[in-house]
Amino acid sequence: MAVMAMAAALRGPGGRFRWRTQATAGGVRGSARGAAAGRQDYNLLVIGGGSGGLACAKEAAQLGMKVAVVDYVEPSPRGTRWGLGGTCVNVGCIPKKLIHQAALLGGMIRDAPHYGWDVAQPVLHDWRKMAEAVQNYVKSLNWGHRVQLQDRKVKYFNIKASFVNEHTICGVTKGGKETLLSAEHIVIATGGRPRYPTHIEGALEYGITSDDIFWLKESPGKTLVVGASYVALECAGFLTGLGLDTTVMMRSIPLRGFDQQMSSLVTAYMASQGTRFLKHCTPSRVQKLPDGQLQVTWEDLTSGKENMGTFSTVLWAIGRIPETRSLNLENAGINTNPNSQKILVDAQEATSVPHIYAIGDVAEGRPELTPTAIMAGKLLARRLYGQSLDVMDYSNVPTTVFTPLEYGCVGLSEEEAMARHGEEHVEVYHAYYKPLEFTVAERDASQCYIKMVCLRKPPQLVLGLHFLGPNAGEVTQGFALGIKCGASYEQVMRTVGIHPTCAEEVAKLRISKRSGLDPTVTGC
Amino acid sequence: MDNEDGRRRRGRGGASGGQANLWPVRSVGGVHGSPFPGPVLAPPPASRSLSRSGQAGSDTEALAQPPPPPPPRAQTSPGPVKVGTAPNRRLGSVRGVLVSSPPGRRARLSSPGTGRSSSEAREELRRRLLGLIEGNRVMIFSKSYCPHCTRVKELFSSLGVQCNILELDQVDDGANVQEMLSEITNQRTVPNIFVNKVHMGGCDRTFQAHQSGLLQKLLQEDSTYDYDLIVIGGGSGGLACAQEAAILGKKVMVLDFVVPSPQGTSWGLGGTCVNVGCVPKKLMHQAALLGQALNDSRKFGWEYGQQVKHNWETMTEAIQNHISSLNWGHRLSLREKSVDYVNSYGEFVEHHRIKATNRKGQETSYTAAKFVIATGERPRYLGIQGDKEYCITSDDLFSLPYCPGKTLVVGASYVALECAGVLTGLGLDVTVMVRSVLLRGFDQEMAERVGSYMEQHGVKFLRKFIPVMVQQLEKGSPGKLKVVAKSTEGPETIEGVYNTVLLAIGRDSCTRKMGLDKIGVKINKKTGKIPVNDVEQTNVPYVYAVGDILEGKLELTPVAIQAGKLLARRLFGGCLEKCDYINVPTTVFTPLEYGCCGLSEEKAIEVYKKENLEVYHTFFWPLEWTVAGRDNNTCYAKIICNKFDNYRVIGFHVLGPNAGEVTQGFAAAMKCGLTKQLLDDTIGIHPTCGEVFTTLEITKSSGLDITQKGC
Repeated sequence: MAVMAMAAALRGPGGRFRWRTQATAGGVRGSARGAAAGRQDYNLLVIGGGSGGLACAKEAAQLGMKVAVVDYVEPSPRGTRWGLGGTCVNVGCIPKKLIHQAALLGGMIRDAPHYGWDVAQPVLHDWRKMAEAVQNYVKSLNWGHRVQLQDRKVKYFNIKASFVNEHTICGVTKGGKETLLSAEHIVIATGGRPRYPTHIEGALEYGITSDDIFWLKESPGKTLVVGASYVALECAGFLTGLGLDTTVMMRSIPLRGFDQQMSSLVTAYMASQGTRFLKHCTPSRVQKLPDGQLQVTWEDLTSGKENMGTFSTVLWAIGRIPETRSLNLENAGINTNPNSQKILVDAQEATSVPHIYAIGDVAEGRPELTPTAIMAGKLLARRLYGQSLDVMDYSNVPTTVFTPLEYGCVGLSEEEAMARHGEEHVEVYHAYYKPLEFTVAERDASQCYIKMVCLRKPPQLVLGLHFLGPNAGEVTQGFALGIKCGASYEQVMRTVGIHPTCAEEVAKLRISKRSGLDPTVTGC
Repeated sequence: MDNEDGRRRRGRGGASGGQANLWPVRSVGGVHGSPFPGPVLAPPPASRSLSRSGQAGSDTEALAQPPPPPPPRAQTSPGPVKVGTAPNRRLGSVRGVLVSSPPGRRARLSSPGTGRSSSEAREELRRRLLGLIEGNRVMIFSKSYCPHCTRVKELFSSLGVQCNILELDQVDDGANVQEMLSEITNQRTVPNIFVNKVHMGGCDRTFQAHQSGLLQKLLQEDSTYDYDLIVIGGGSGGLACAQEAAILGKKVMVLDFVVPSPQGTSWGLGGTCVNVGCVPKKLMHQAALLGQALNDSRKFGWEYGQQVKHNWETMTEAIQNHISSLNWGHRLSLREKSVDYVNSYGEFVEHHRIKATNRKGQETSYTAAKFVIATGERPRYLGIQGDKEYCITSDDLFSLPYCPGKTLVVGASYVALECAGVLTGLGLDVTVMVRSVLLRGFDQEMAERVGSYMEQHGVKFLRKFIPVMVQQLEKGSPGKLKVVAKSTEGPETIEGVYNTVLLAIGRDSCTRKMGLDKIGVKINKKTGKIPVNDVEQTNVPYVYAVGDILEGKLELTPVAIQAGKLLARRLFGGCLEKCDYINVPTTVFTPLEYGCCGLSEEKAIEVYKKENLEVYHTFFWPLEWTVAGRDNNTCYAKIICNKFDNYRVIGFHVLGPNAGEVTQGFAAAMKCGLTKQLLDDTIGIHPTCGEVFTTLEITKSSGLDITQKGC
């Protein structure tokens, strides 16, 4: 872990100075830049160096404020830890998409002979090599974030923070040294961490989570993924794509909160690619066998029977919990939702304490997405220090699930649209299509499907778009803009397609569900 | 490939009869190429007894003034004509029958090149009226408040006859229409009624005709034409138009005939896109991308034998198999929709009549009320020694039975660059000979970036040279050719030896050998392109054109499809929507794909002036490229905004992987008035390439550095 050494080296100076020294140094810098933090050490203190926190800190610094970021990665139960940048960079979007890409490349290697490439068999995958490449890239990003903070004169502390009072936090270094920091405004952006089903015997002891999978040096081997969240399906998808025997165990429905028709197509495609599914099952016990394998016992909720299986790795992806427990929020009087433990915020991202804010995954009711956290952080800094009044618009946030067949969506699911507007007022246009590249490669396109949910009344405002197919993220982004512009079905239909692409199928959706006609696109 | 004897299906009755009930209920009126938003269609009869309406009357009928195709006029611009004041009011319903409003845009008639004489405007109006009269079984010129008009409408309604109605009091230029009608019919009053192109007269004469049985006779008079519509050319536009017309209950024929290329290449139904264009091109592009993916995959941990060779024959066979299935699919689709397909070469011999010549030289003739020309284009040759004998074009490349080897690509069109990119990606030694600029018509900054990426990835460019001679050194598959080229700037000449020379210097319209002169359809003498007005109508009212042969329009499959479909809907479906040629997105599938929508920077500056524009741009590094170790600061995003129109995005350009997929949605957003603010307010999808457009901050005018450091 070269980066750890490097990070430690960087951390050195920060750790050596006492906080008062820092404050003085900062004060000089601050006044030189025309900002005075008043009685506090900083204008802004950001707790959490993830996507939202860093964006907010950098924006505030750019507006001339004296800013500090404190970030500390508590090692996972398996001992995995990482550098600056938060979930997205270290144990989320970035490594996930890269390993997803590795899996997609496996598919392309299989396609290649159809396109005339003589690829000698056997084709094998070396997890070590991939993991090293991915991890090196992530480390370069950690470094990049450090450099960016330095460039913008944001003070970075690698300490674990907790509130002392409503303007002060106490930070503890890895070595146990304490530092007090105070600020006029405090932003909590500590994110979340995977949840362990601690009630299950052996879960904590033998299981891993998404915090660990991307940092494994060796292939996880035969894996049981427990959960039906997008994290669960994405992990199971790339493990299958890399040639590992992978099973997903889910208690109820896949991708809760997403359009359920799309969700079932996502899992159907995964099943066709070799991912096993154990539906309506819950694990009850994990035991380590003498050979190091893990024996998992589970209950089939349908039959009530108990089953058993042996795996090399058990990955829990049953949800995430916000990182609020060690913050001593009560010392500052910050209210949380007792059920979710998330911090309650208003439209301005303010907590129950007016000068303390919360953004990103730790805030109640926010989408847990990097770009929303980034934008919320930036907008918050601009409101605080840039005379801006712009508040974050959390509606119509597009997202993409990077399962083997990618699922991009923006706006309402079909269920949600029906619930809000009534079935008789909603028109759904849909199509099964075949990506051109699939034809020669003889790939099955049974799950390549697009659905546009519109109001029925002309001009048929688009409420939601759901796209399942290759490059779904790229396809969805532009249409998200369209929906933001208030696009109607007619307007989308009047957009000329780009031929031959998958995205053009969106502009050719003619069959409504109501019509009952066959939505399979034929010809070209 | 396509051996069906066209005769087999000839003479088959109007199979479309059973489809008459497919008239869309929302139907407003079968407006024949008219910009009038007005003609209102009485509701279609509930009964299906009204089979295919024979709206095409006989030429020999005693029309008050028959609608002969007007003689070719010295009209330079076929664009939309402003007839009086713009008739842009929407009409409501007839007798309380709700007629849904046309889904079209506001029917604006403002023509870009105004300043045409009133005589031209009058001529245009006459043409449109004749079109209405000719295009509708029953055409009533009416006024909504006139009781006589109401009586006539009720008469037809009671007869269960569908009629098209133009309410003169509800269109803005009703007075002009009335004047023109009086010129055509010597009748100034309304109602003014035409049945099967025969001028009935007013209310009284129509009732008299009803009593005498003349009206019924006229109504029963079926078309004396063989078809309602003949489409010449079975490509994207032609097929779309034909099928749509058939869906609307019309009797339709498609003539398609592929004249073999000089190298003898021929193909099946579906036109350029399917056979020698988009489809094989994108598939070969995919083959090349997979070569890149194979390289990348090792960095992502995949291991396999070091030597990976590409087998041209395997690839082309797979691609050709797919194309055959598409050809077959098109045949099937025509059959399902009861469109008669004839694999013959069509030529006009007289008005409304076409001669079809099949492969064996057998001739047949067919007549139709309306024609759509959709013959497309074919690659151009240089006209130098040896070009037709030894060079190939994109017509030949995709089915070439052998690997082309070391290749010279002549030209800098997107076809040239795409082909060069594919061949290089498959491991061949490729040189592109360019006379002047790359991708003329596209944003030149983007074009140069496309070119420099290709150059960095092995494509050689010979700039400012044109070939003067191609000589065969050796026969073979491939053989060896010597190419002599001369500089465009001086006396310098160079020589090179290649296995294959691919010409991609442009395309010529297939309009010169189809008897258009016989019926007076005007073409641009220089380019062969056909000028049309904004409803794709040529100067001969019953002849329309779609696709690549249109003058001043885009040469793109989806545009042709859209134009063809909408044309059929306007002709036969009562729709008014016109094809919108603005903000059409497209993508060039070069090794690094280039997607764009709207204006190039040059064009934007020309139209809006530089000081009124703000250009935002940035490089970006796709996440997938990082671990793969591919070039940073190569992929590029640019938008052009109009400062004085709320920073509306008027040009969108992206150079990067999956550019087509990225561009499509933004094109839809541009249709809805995309602004910079909206881009800024939209959340990105992480991690994608498309998200870069939601975080554009650096303006070109600022001169700030856009290179990416780290993430």
